[in-house]
Amino acid sequence: MLTDTKSSRGPKPPMRVRLVRGARGWWRWLTSMRTALMLLFLLALAAVPGSLLPQRTLSQSAVAQYFADNPALAPFLDRLGLFDVFAAPWFAAIYLLLFISLIGCLVPRTWGHIRSMRAEPPRAPTRLSRLPRHAELDTGLGPEQALDVAEEELRVANYRVLRRDGALSAEKGLLKESGNIVFHLALLALLISLAVGKLWGYEGSVLVQEGQGFCNTFQQYDTYSAGPLIGGGDLTPLCVDLEDFQARYEPDLTPASFTGDISYSRVPGGPDEQATIGINSPLRVDGARLYLTGRGFAPIFSVTLQDGRTFTELSAPFLPTDSATMLSEGVLKLPDLGAGRDQLALQGVFVPTAHDLGGGLLTSVDPRPLDPAVAIVVYAGTVGLDSGIPQNVFTLDQDRIARGQLERVGAGNLRPGESLDLPDGTSITFTGFKEFAALQVNRDPGQLAVLISSLAMLAGLMTTLLVRRRRVFVRPGDSVLEIGGLAPGGSADPAEFEQVVKRIRTALAEDRPDRREP
Amino acid sequence: MSDAAGLAELADTLFTVTILAYSVAAIAFAAALAFASRGATAGEHLSERQRASEQSSGASAEPTNQIQVLDPTSGSAFSSRASQVAMGITLLGAVLHGSVLLLRGLAAQRVPLGNMFELATAVAFVGVAGFLYLAFRTPRLREIGLFVTLPVTVGLVLVGLFLYAESGPLVAALRSRWLVVHVTTVSIGFGAFLTSGILSALFLVRSRFEEAGHAAAGMLGRIGHRLPSSQTLDRAAHRMVIFGFPIFTFAVIAGAVWAESAWGRFWGWDPKETWAFISWIVYAAYLHARATAGWKGRAAAWINVAGLVVMLFNLLFINLVIAGLHSYAGIN
Repeated sequence: MLTDTKSSRGPKPPMRVRLVRGARGWWRWLTSMRTALMLLFLLALAAVPGSLLPQRTLSQSAVAQYFADNPALAPFLDRLGLFDVFAAPWFAAIYLLLFISLIGCLVPRTWGHIRSMRAEPPRAPTRLSRLPRHAELDTGLGPEQALDVAEEELRVANYRVLRRDGALSAEKGLLKESGNIVFHLALLALLISLAVGKLWGYEGSVLVQEGQGFCNTFQQYDTYSAGPLIGGGDLTPLCVDLEDFQARYEPDLTPASFTGDISYSRVPGGPDEQATIGINSPLRVDGARLYLTGRGFAPIFSVTLQDGRTFTELSAPFLPTDSATMLSEGVLKLPDLGAGRDQLALQGVFVPTAHDLGGGLLTSVDPRPLDPAVAIVVYAGTVGLDSGIPQNVFTLDQDRIARGQLERVGAGNLRPGESLDLPDGTSITFTGFKEFAALQVNRDPGQLAVLISSLAMLAGLMTTLLVRRRRVFVRPGDSVLEIGGLAPGGSADPAEFEQVVKRIRTALAEDRPDRREP
Repeated sequence: MSDAAGLAELADTLFTVTILAYSVAAIAFAAALAFASRGATAGEHLSERQRASEQSSGASAEPTNQIQVLDPTSGSAFSSRASQVAMGITLLGAVLHGSVLLLRGLAAQRVPLGNMFELATAVAFVGVAGFLYLAFRTPRLREIGLFVTLPVTVGLVLVGLFLYAESGPLVAALRSRWLVVHVTTVSIGFGAFLTSGILSALFLVRSRFEEAGHAAAGMLGRIGHRLPSSQTLDRAAHRMVIFGFPIFTFAVIAGAVWAESAWGRFWGWDPKETWAFISWIVYAAYLHARATAGWKGRAAAWINVAGLVVMLFNLLFINLVIAGLHSYAGIN
């Protein structure tokens, strides 16, 4: 790209001139190849902590765990933005500088290239023997005739040829620079498309049990993130019901497929359509995409109080902690068992295929629900759902247990149909389980443009790497033809030049007067 | 089922034989290096002549090399014989190596790129194939054979010890048409970068040797002597990156297309994606550096060596230690 040139320094020029010179110097520095290379390295280096430290965008809980493990270091790293590297200001600073450097490099280069495409090939140097490649051919023809032959051959070999002052200038491979420029322009287009996607895109996730559903609004998602320019009303209208979820396994328990049969409608209350979604096969509706991103089990309990009142079909999704055996952990919080009464919370594990490790410890040996069981601990007291502080639905607040606001009142392992009786006469029955799916709706309006830009980048890249620039000059001497070759901006390939020389030699031999008439 | 088990078992046996073949080739290459001390001077002389003739008429490197091999006065007949034998065994090893992948594919009825064992085996295969291609095109590059076969042998032993996985069906997440496209191109790009990185490392050794006026003592002198000219090494390294970079770029694009249908977004800064980005930038920097005055030569070669380190870290540490979406686990 551009190379450094030393700026000349006169003796004490006026302030304005010095400012302009300073600005120009900065601009030159920013758009130099050396700076671009340094910025590229900085960008690569800056991305490293994004893969080694937990990132909020990937896993909030991993970040929380890091804070718990490194209480002294974590807040400091957090202030530097190291838990959200790719949204950090310093990361943005690097790629914006690179962006500006790229534009500053690209604009003059594009103009230069357009000019050189229109310009004629440069004049043949006086001494062709000084060029990196050089050959002399015996012609036995007049200078004009010999040049005619050479010109013809060069044109056949796709050279742009110009005859000037009795010599030939030929050029080939301008496409190399075109490819280079296309690559970098496409890179800019890619960055802009990415920005469009970030500004107008959104993503929402929700856990849905079999038989339940949700609609595409921010209120109904467990978690969502949205670009700053998208409003709640801009979401694609879509309502989804999960009718059935199926997990299939190979004989060796390798997961074979996870599919969800869904019905969905594009307008509220509109006609239902059926679809099956699964890993690698999302549903695409009007620019929004619906994914099946995970799954798990939700154990079902019923609670009978001492006064005989019964609550049935109480369930909560338990999150798998081991995807191979589907051992899952979770909490079922029961805050509404009646006024003036203790609230209950059931914390424990669900195992789809139980194996007793002894001493009441359960583990799972198969991801399929062949012999389901739960191991639960029951707490009574105030769960704290009405305290106004947002709670993680998958864990219990350990502080409440420590402060005695939640008291352990019972524990046990249950198979379907079995009950656990609490000291106050309450009975908790494990009645069965449902499967749930983690569903995600995404929309990224920049996506297609990103794909097109990256394919254009690839095309430009291959062009610029595969095409070679070459110049060949031909000057006739006394019944000889002098040929010189060079490759601007690279080393001339000997074989390539040899081939051109060979073509011309062969053509000359055919045209020799002594050969023409046998 | 027993057919599949038989094929998988045969693949395991061939894997061991492949390692054996490469280690024999490495010994033969080492012998070629060790017993060619007098021939080296002749080779040096010839390579200068060769460079001179390249400048004037562009004669190919082939004939000069032939002279060197046949030259009875060079005293390196044993060395050139050893080198030829080593090339033959390496070629045999590569054929066996390819058969390992083929048989594992047949045994499991799928592309043999479903786990780390198969991926690492494929990358090593592409690296060796890249070396063989270069060595048959530019015979002087045969002399670097030891520096390819030795790391590949050690690498495959470690892969066999620590990454071995029974041939089996793919997990649900990998059952996609994009697996073939994405992982094949990743392996090819990676293999090309691997060979290129070795060539650049050797270029650094050789160019220091040439700077010392071909008179360096000790290890540098002994190795530097035997290596092809720095220009040959640099060109071959560059050629491998030119081959690998567009393929790697395509692999990243294919991965993004697959991620769009598998994970809900085409790019999400998953650790593997982050390192693909880092690797891509390092190789882009190498290509820019090699085309820039003041960065050509050693600086560019250092970038390529850094690329090699990044790629190895990317393959081993990120896949095996850091938990991410590329951990080849199930959907959770």
